[in-house]
Amino acid sequence: MSTTTTSTAVLDATGQYYKEFNEQIRELVRQGVTEFRLDNVNGQRYIATGLEGDFIFEINGLPGQDLAAFTRGARIRVNGNVQDGVGNTMDDGKIVVDGMGGDVVGYAMRGGAIYIRTDVGYRVGIHMKSYLDRRPTIVIGGKAGDFLGEYMAGGIILLLGMFSDKSDAPITGRGLGTGMHGGVIYVRGNVPEHQLGPGLRSRPVTPEDMQVIEGIVRDYATELNLDAEEIFSESFTKIRPFSHRPYGNMYVPT
Amino acid sequence: MPQFPNILCEVLTVLFQPINKNYHEFIIERDKDRCINCQVCVRQCSYEAHYWDDNRQKVMHDNSKCIGCHRCEALCPTAALTIRRTPSEFRPNANWRPVFLQNIYKQADTGGVLLAGMGSPVDIPVYWDRLLLDASQVTNPSIDPLREPMELRTYLGTKPDRLKLLENGQEPPSLQTEIAPQIKLDTPIMFAAMSFGAINFNLHRAMARAATELKTAYNTGEGGLHRSLFKYGKHTIVQVASGRFGVHRDYLNAGCGIEIKIGQGAKPGIGGHLPGEKINDKVSETRMIPIGSDAISPAPHHDIYSIEDLLQLIFALKEASEYRVPVSVKIAAVHNVAAIASGVVRAGADIITVDGMRGGTGAAPAMIRDNVGIPIELALAAVDQRLRDEGIRHKASVVAAGGIRCAADVVKAIALGADAVYIGTATLLAVGCTLCGRCYTGKCPWGIATNDPRLSKRQNPDVASRKLVNLVNAWSHEIQEMLGGMGLNSIESLRGNRDKLRGIGLSDTELDILGVKHAGR
Repeated sequence: MSTTTTSTAVLDATGQYYKEFNEQIRELVRQGVTEFRLDNVNGQRYIATGLEGDFIFEINGLPGQDLAAFTRGARIRVNGNVQDGVGNTMDDGKIVVDGMGGDVVGYAMRGGAIYIRTDVGYRVGIHMKSYLDRRPTIVIGGKAGDFLGEYMAGGIILLLGMFSDKSDAPITGRGLGTGMHGGVIYVRGNVPEHQLGPGLRSRPVTPEDMQVIEGIVRDYATELNLDAEEIFSESFTKIRPFSHRPYGNMYVPT
Repeated sequence: MPQFPNILCEVLTVLFQPINKNYHEFIIERDKDRCINCQVCVRQCSYEAHYWDDNRQKVMHDNSKCIGCHRCEALCPTAALTIRRTPSEFRPNANWRPVFLQNIYKQADTGGVLLAGMGSPVDIPVYWDRLLLDASQVTNPSIDPLREPMELRTYLGTKPDRLKLLENGQEPPSLQTEIAPQIKLDTPIMFAAMSFGAINFNLHRAMARAATELKTAYNTGEGGLHRSLFKYGKHTIVQVASGRFGVHRDYLNAGCGIEIKIGQGAKPGIGGHLPGEKINDKVSETRMIPIGSDAISPAPHHDIYSIEDLLQLIFALKEASEYRVPVSVKIAAVHNVAAIASGVVRAGADIITVDGMRGGTGAAPAMIRDNVGIPIELALAAVDQRLRDEGIRHKASVVAAGGIRCAADVVKAIALGADAVYIGTATLLAVGCTLCGRCYTGKCPWGIATNDPRLSKRQNPDVASRKLVNLVNAWSHEIQEMLGGMGLNSIESLRGNRDKLRGIGLSDTELDILGVKHAGR
């Protein structure tokens, strides 16, 4: 099934069960292959899960659950939509999805970037955290479901709300940033107050915030071939935690 | 307070003193003839109950600050100190016991959720005490483990449906079945999941070394694994909980097994919360979160909302570790534990750990700890029976945790169906814990549940490791004695062998759930 060129291994996923398919990839990794093109991917789970190193993946089709879970370093481009759990607990790397993301994108990720061109589902960016120089980033070009950035402990979520299939939906679902105690959520335009988690408020961005946003947007636009200026044509707001210890005073010793 | 004359200040202090100022639990008795004012107690007490009074030029104490840890009593060079329960008593009332009064006063003062440490102290039946073991008499000989081999070795992991052997008549048969990865234990006792952060590095190192020397395993808990302990990986089970602290590729590949923590016996259904005070540089480095920030574990894993999702994480972990180690799933013992266990095994868990409601914790809301869940004995019996009834018992090993106090409890757990047990509270007791239950303050005077360097140095990893090895060796010998007495020479012959158990003073329903006959039958 595989044709190994000088640099890129091309694998056809047609009719393959994920275990065998991923084992093939790992075997090629052991042989020193670093660039992959995966064609006709159709729901195979765990692609690039647990890989460490400077790998490049181009995925054509629809990868299954937990794409790049626990990954450290891989750069992945998906020409299509993805299922749930992209970048679950990922450590580092970059995932660019030229389509929709599912639920639980970037759960507990602590480094790297995930760019989604259109909408994402529920519970995206839950418990993202930053550590030392690692500052994970999720950019969503469309709209998000409920509980975006819940328990967020660090990193950046940038929600654009522009490239959405859901014209009637609000830019984000309920409980945005509930329990967040670190990191920042930037939103293009405004968020209705009642969509925010308890105790949170959205505020205007500062020039320093705009610098951060600009850097991310330019890279995002380049990766997905979008017009950065169109993205900047609207102002941004931000949501930050009201405390980095939201539950610090809740208890009394017995 | 504004500028008032001193006497007025004192009056005001009394006026605004909380109701419960003098309703403390313990009193410190100092034998004046013995006390030499050496101030050891002052230095040892991290709650500042003892202090040096400059005016009186002697050591004094404040009973209201004593938490009953006995550290001062243990270290007083002249044995001048005794810690007692306060003899002051409320009017007897079988319903409104003092604990309820004291808690209400505290909550009325603060509006806080009652927080507790260690396992539940409430009076819920301990079935271990109502189960009796068998021994051989006449009809089959008992075995003396001092003279004859006695096998305690245990393998945790999924076992094949059947074995296929290749026999050609001449050579010994060879095994054709591929055996799934197993955790090999020389004794069925493991050190339970207690995270680095909740307990300090000295004790993590002690557990790692003791587990290695004993050829058993210890569990990292949910706070990651410090890189300097990776070398003990062959005896380390790494845990993945909802906060995913310190969970990365290297961590997943560092141990002999991976455990998904769904629930904890002491606090089923809720998450965890390590206060920022306990996050020092080393904890921060291991958990991969900033120093001083709270480490919050959400109640559920947000990528697990169903058995199918659990399957997904089990296999994500297997993919990430290239199927080299078994994956365990730890659940708390709750009402439907047997059905849940069946789902967990069908989702692909190689090991299922069931944690009973008497299990310990570094911090849990008292209401949850004391009222949620069921005892491990009933849960274990129900899980083992259910998996047998469904013909899937061999697909996963069962580990029992939460309330194992002695070697006889281990033997009874194995006879009820466990493959092995975890000991947590017993592990801490071995290094000096006195169950004072204030683990969440970070001030543990015994140097256990604290990362304060002044306190944590009270635990020497060499001494602690030796004590853990001694404890498990002693229990293992006792298990061998009990097995020998029953005429068994292998722990495998005891597993799920409920005929070796009899109940005493139990109802028909209890006997039915435990699957044992009453003593005398």
